[in-house]
Amino acid sequence: MNPAPTLANLLVLGVGILLAAAPHVARLPWWVSALALGALGWRAWAAWRNERMPRRWLLYALVVFGIGAVFLSYRTLFGRDAGITMLVLFLALKLLETRTQRDVIIVTFLCYFLSLTNFFYSQTIPTGILMAATVLVLTAALVGFSGPTRPVARNFRTAGMLLAQGIPVMLILFLFFPRVPGPLWGMPSDAYSGMTGLSESMSPGDISALSQSDAIAFRVKFDGAPPPKKALYWRGPVFWEFDGRSWRPGSVPNPGDPQFDPLSPPVTYSVTVEPHNRPWLFALDLPGRVPPGAQLTADFQLHARRPVRTRLRYDMSSFLEYRTAGGSAEALAAARALPSGFNPKALALAGQWARGAGSDEEIVLRAVDFFRRAGFGYTLSPPPLGHDSVDDFIFGTKRGFCEHFSSAFAYLMRAAGIPARVVTGYQGGEINPVDGYITVRQADAHAWVEVWLAGRGWTRVDPTAAAVPLRIESGLAAAVPRGEPLPFLTRPELTWLRTLRFNWEALANYWNQWVLGYNPERQRGLFNRLGMPDTTWQTMAQMLFWAVGAVTVAFALWLLRKARPRDAAHAIWLTFCAKLARRGTARGAAEGPRNFADRAALAHPRAAARIRAIASLYIDLRYGPERDHGGVARLRALVRGFRA
Amino acid sequence: MRSEEVVRGPAGRLHTPRRLATPASARMRALLARSQLYRIFFGVREPETGTIFLSQRRVYILPTRHGVVFGLALVLMLIGSINYQLSLGYVLTFLLAGMGLVSMLHTYRNLAHLYVSAARAEPVFAGDLARFQLYLENPNRFDRTALWLHAGDGAGSTDVAGRSGATVQLPVPATRRGYLQLPRVTIETRYPLALFRAWSYVHPDARALVYPRPADAPLPPARSIPDTGAAVSAGIGADDFAGLRPYQPTDSPRHIAWKSVAHGNDMLTKVFAGRGAEELWLDLAMLPAALDLEQKLSCLAGWVLHAEREGYAYGLRLPGTARAPGHGPAHRDECLKALALHERAP
Repeated sequence: MNPAPTLANLLVLGVGILLAAAPHVARLPWWVSALALGALGWRAWAAWRNERMPRRWLLYALVVFGIGAVFLSYRTLFGRDAGITMLVLFLALKLLETRTQRDVIIVTFLCYFLSLTNFFYSQTIPTGILMAATVLVLTAALVGFSGPTRPVARNFRTAGMLLAQGIPVMLILFLFFPRVPGPLWGMPSDAYSGMTGLSESMSPGDISALSQSDAIAFRVKFDGAPPPKKALYWRGPVFWEFDGRSWRPGSVPNPGDPQFDPLSPPVTYSVTVEPHNRPWLFALDLPGRVPPGAQLTADFQLHARRPVRTRLRYDMSSFLEYRTAGGSAEALAAARALPSGFNPKALALAGQWARGAGSDEEIVLRAVDFFRRAGFGYTLSPPPLGHDSVDDFIFGTKRGFCEHFSSAFAYLMRAAGIPARVVTGYQGGEINPVDGYITVRQADAHAWVEVWLAGRGWTRVDPTAAAVPLRIESGLAAAVPRGEPLPFLTRPELTWLRTLRFNWEALANYWNQWVLGYNPERQRGLFNRLGMPDTTWQTMAQMLFWAVGAVTVAFALWLLRKARPRDAAHAIWLTFCAKLARRGTARGAAEGPRNFADRAALAHPRAAARIRAIASLYIDLRYGPERDHGGVARLRALVRGFRA
Repeated sequence: MRSEEVVRGPAGRLHTPRRLATPASARMRALLARSQLYRIFFGVREPETGTIFLSQRRVYILPTRHGVVFGLALVLMLIGSINYQLSLGYVLTFLLAGMGLVSMLHTYRNLAHLYVSAARAEPVFAGDLARFQLYLENPNRFDRTALWLHAGDGAGSTDVAGRSGATVQLPVPATRRGYLQLPRVTIETRYPLALFRAWSYVHPDARALVYPRPADAPLPPARSIPDTGAAVSAGIGADDFAGLRPYQPTDSPRHIAWKSVAHGNDMLTKVFAGRGAEELWLDLAMLPAALDLEQKLSCLAGWVLHAEREGYAYGLRLPGTARAPGHGPAHRDECLKALALHERAP
């Protein structure tokens, strides 16, 4: 009872393996893909020609070779990528070892596991669809291995039916299985590579590299109407320290408390931030609330306790107009510090402004005016800058991106004696008319400056807005000169494509919010809505048990319902027999209808005629040459009205 | 051997209440005998007559080794999903869990509510395989796939389409002459996902007649029948034409009444009687005393086959019983049956 798998079922499994492994191919070393493909081909050929499989020593040699090569490629055998490579390798070699159907079943399980590993890299809707297709094919293979006589097409139908019937249990488990936040143990170091976002320092070129990316940074849903686009400054990391080229957070002595007086009513909204592997959470200037598990720094940055490695949703409120409290003298001194030996021309220009101005405000206005009139150009591919990067930019190339503008402006302010710091984050965002969410992309990354003015506190100045007003009012596409490469989807001529994208992204957003974003908080919310706040995991486990049990019992009752008698006349006859049985005349197991009717007629003399009529009508219907539906109805009426 | 036990008598007697048992304990035992645990531990020992319905009470189900491996794989996948916060990982893990759970019901359903009955098995010679035919009837509309039946070393598998039946042949080695009772049959299935195995025991009352293994021995000398007495009249000789009887396939072509056939009548065989008719008595007592009973019976069985082939009229004499000389397959089978059941319970 353990024959070799049939060729058709092996081919189905082969397709399943290809589907499960296909998303990994781009990430796998080429030789692993080649080896796996070779093993697959060998196995199919062996099944087709009924050839023998490779000998055991060859397999062992391949395993040793594979492990060695994986180690050489990754310098480790553990971790995410090396682990997946090993899995693919073992799967391929295990396939060459399978001789019986039962062996092959294990390979199918490995493939299920492999299709899960794909979620390390992507959990989008297409990935989900691919997963569903993979699981369908693998399950069809599994059905084929335990029912080898069936045609392949019917295996697919059975597999689809099984998966469809698994959905209720899946939904219950998905909603009510107690969700645990955070990883259970330390992650392999390569677990979060490849996430994009703002970085911990700002050098010329950093943000312009980001601005080529269409990737979504976060999505925002305002409770009311969203504020105008030019007020949407999403605050991220703040930089205090300049070394002549890069801006860094630096260490600020005696930073004080994040205090400010709101000058306008708050706007409330919720943010769903994509994982970027850094602790920053984004909020409009200035955040009026701190999400759970986060803290607000003295310079109004929101920091999560752990790097954001999964999609995170939080409610926020912000005050768009404000006056911050006075900073400490040490902090203000740090905001005036400049590295020596750089940018002599800029220093001279700032000194000239400082000497001619009556107040700090006046200096700031002159500087903004300078940026407006100096003929700066906005470009995504700025020319390289030399040792004196600010001088080169202001007096030389005059073409740059927001980090050039903000860096130069902050430098000039500090040179003029005004405390200044660089703030990075995102500016603007695109409203999706389909679902009303505002999508902020990496391409919206921005940098601006805050200067400290007596009486007003830290005040935002956006030199990019002064130099290139279109950037802030109309977005990146308007600000960049014609002919420069733009992120593909921000190009204005592709309106229809953008409409399509709006719909797609709205769908993706629902997916993110409700499927991928279903986390411990959402689960708590669900239980609150069900009227069970503060549900412990024990209660959840109990609920889970009973709900799964109920669904299983319901399925069991449905699947194991008794077979209905073959024809209606027989069913009615059985009812009739049951009626007589209640009156003390039970039909014997081998008793034919005529004999039974004779016996029953003797036992119930008053009903004898009716009993015989019913029996003969039944015999006619069941065994007679003609079967008319009128007869069945008559029989039904007779039996229904029968009283012995 | 299992078959020997069965031949000796219904093994169920082992579990009938002892005579000294109190009525209360007997009732307990009767109650126990109907319980599922009892069935699991001892199986259903009594052969059942007629059609057996696999009710839900007698279908058992447990995960297979693969089912356990699948469960472990799901646990691993769940841990991975928790650790890496993979929402789709949860979806996949839970979908597979739901599918596995549902597959358990499907495996169970694949077996439950099936009707099993045994058809008559053809007689065989000891040492050959008795081929028991089991008829499975599926009263439901769905197909039942990959049902596997085994009894002892014999096994067979079949699919049963919806609302139809299928016959499975179970070859069981026939080691001893006599009646071979079909041993307890296990019907099992792992369809559709091989994660669970559902099984049931049936013990249909089916038996096959096992003739002694025929030994190749030269026939004893035939004896001419004296021309006196009535015994001759029914005998079959070669000398004098005695009449016609319906043709039997084993009749020699020389004896067919071709003239009658040419007139368009049914095939008839000429029967001769007379002095020259030889009859053969196969007698247990003729065999050397050095042989034991089984060897003697084997020898007789060989003689019966031989005599039938040669066209003799042969009779069989066993202690206490005798079969008058005769010829033809029916006579042969009668004789072989007598040999098979000699000193055996019928």
